[in-house]
Amino acid sequence: MKFSTILFCFLCLSITVAAQDDLLKELEKSQAPEVEYIEQTFKGTRLVNGQSVETKGQGELEFIFAHRFGPMNGGLYELFGLDQAYVRLGLEYGVTDRLGFGFGRNSVDKTMDAYGRLKVLRQSKGAKVMPVTITAFGQAAIKMSPRKEDDPTGTLTTVNRMSYTAQLLIARKFNSKLSLQLMPTMIHRNRVDQTIEDNDQFAIGVGGRLKVSRSVALTTEYYYRLNTFETNPNKDVLGFGIDIETGGHVFQLVLTNTRGLTERAWLTETTGDFFDGDIHLGFNITRTFQLAERK
Amino acid sequence: MRYALLFFLFAASMSSYAQKYTAEKTFISFYSDAPLEDITAENVKTSTIFNAATGDIAFSVPMKEFKFAKSLMQEHFNEKYVESEKFPKATFQGKIVDFKPGTTGVQQVKAQGKLTIHGVTKDIDVPGTIEVKGKKLEMKSKFTVKVADYDISIPQLVFNNIAEQVDVTIDFIYKPM
Repeated sequence: MKFSTILFCFLCLSITVAAQDDLLKELEKSQAPEVEYIEQTFKGTRLVNGQSVETKGQGELEFIFAHRFGPMNGGLYELFGLDQAYVRLGLEYGVTDRLGFGFGRNSVDKTMDAYGRLKVLRQSKGAKVMPVTITAFGQAAIKMSPRKEDDPTGTLTTVNRMSYTAQLLIARKFNSKLSLQLMPTMIHRNRVDQTIEDNDQFAIGVGGRLKVSRSVALTTEYYYRLNTFETNPNKDVLGFGIDIETGGHVFQLVLTNTRGLTERAWLTETTGDFFDGDIHLGFNITRTFQLAERK
Repeated sequence: MRYALLFFLFAASMSSYAQKYTAEKTFISFYSDAPLEDITAENVKTSTIFNAATGDIAFSVPMKEFKFAKSLMQEHFNEKYVESEKFPKATFQGKIVDFKPGTTGVQQVKAQGKLTIHGVTKDIDVPGTIEVKGKKLEMKSKFTVKVADYDISIPQLVFNNIAEQVDVTIDFIYKPM
């Protein structure tokens, strides 16, 4: 009788003691699992030549200065490619954290391009598990060169100068160091030399990055063209890069077999053979400005 | 007598539960005052439990929920400095000393315990206030955190943009559990 009272007393005590013992554990137990989105799969919106799944943050304006020298196997006469330079100047703006628009001009064929990108799915863990981030990318580009009066056929209308790119960028950040990306791509060109290629070019790209320190990462990218004719002299594009991030800048130092800086040029009109020394040194330099404050 | 004792024990255990509080609203901000740039970030997603009977307190701050004015700052904060994917939460576990649950009005109190940020745990002892507002409690505190104490290193290049210590402001409103 007395014993049972004491027992009960101990029981009560033990319950309260247990409850006080580790408030932090109790706190963690009481928390509903939350969705944790995986961010910063890549440092920049460009992997090497092509796009990454990254979008700019809301209200961010990115100025992109991209640049490719000539092929290194030009030898001393061409100063290992440094005598030639191809440039693309571009701007990209984040309307929301997931939707962005941009435009630019590349000196190769005096091409102007405009594009939009939308992050459709975000990789996440916790309450909602999503294995990959998927961004849809769409672009229209126009070649301004040659001028109408310089065109030998005289049939180069505005429509004939246009090309369109549609891309799905599918990426997974495996851990803070390693991210991989898959890029099914289609490019439609309104006018091509149909003896060597079709108007529609399909390709599948693979790429990735390996972070070697907090601010430095190695990147690579390769696009395999699917429906190439045997008569087509062009090559698949391959590239390697080093990303260096400092504050609002991202410097990407690249080695690639193309001089092109728009999708049509680097994916379908690459003539260089990487393993034959047609390696172009290049840079993508970005500067981000916050135009509008985030809410 | 026996039943009285039982009842007393039961009542006592009940009341100790009633003296536990959980967060109704939480707010944590930090402010870094550096030569080139002032940085502030705010977080309203902290969860916390406070036991008024014993003074035990714990809170857990999801690092990714700190909101910055600039997207890039938020990115760098998570990716480069606090490494949110590796260390998703900052936690505090300790005691509030000098708290008298019965009294109304603002009381000066002290919090002592272990603060864990970026996987590094440090003992801290910081002042604060508690105000009993009917059934609710409001707890406030301001203190500074030295960034280097928690193994968060700032590269030389952005040294002028980020202060070596940041001012942390806490404002929790508790309701009975």
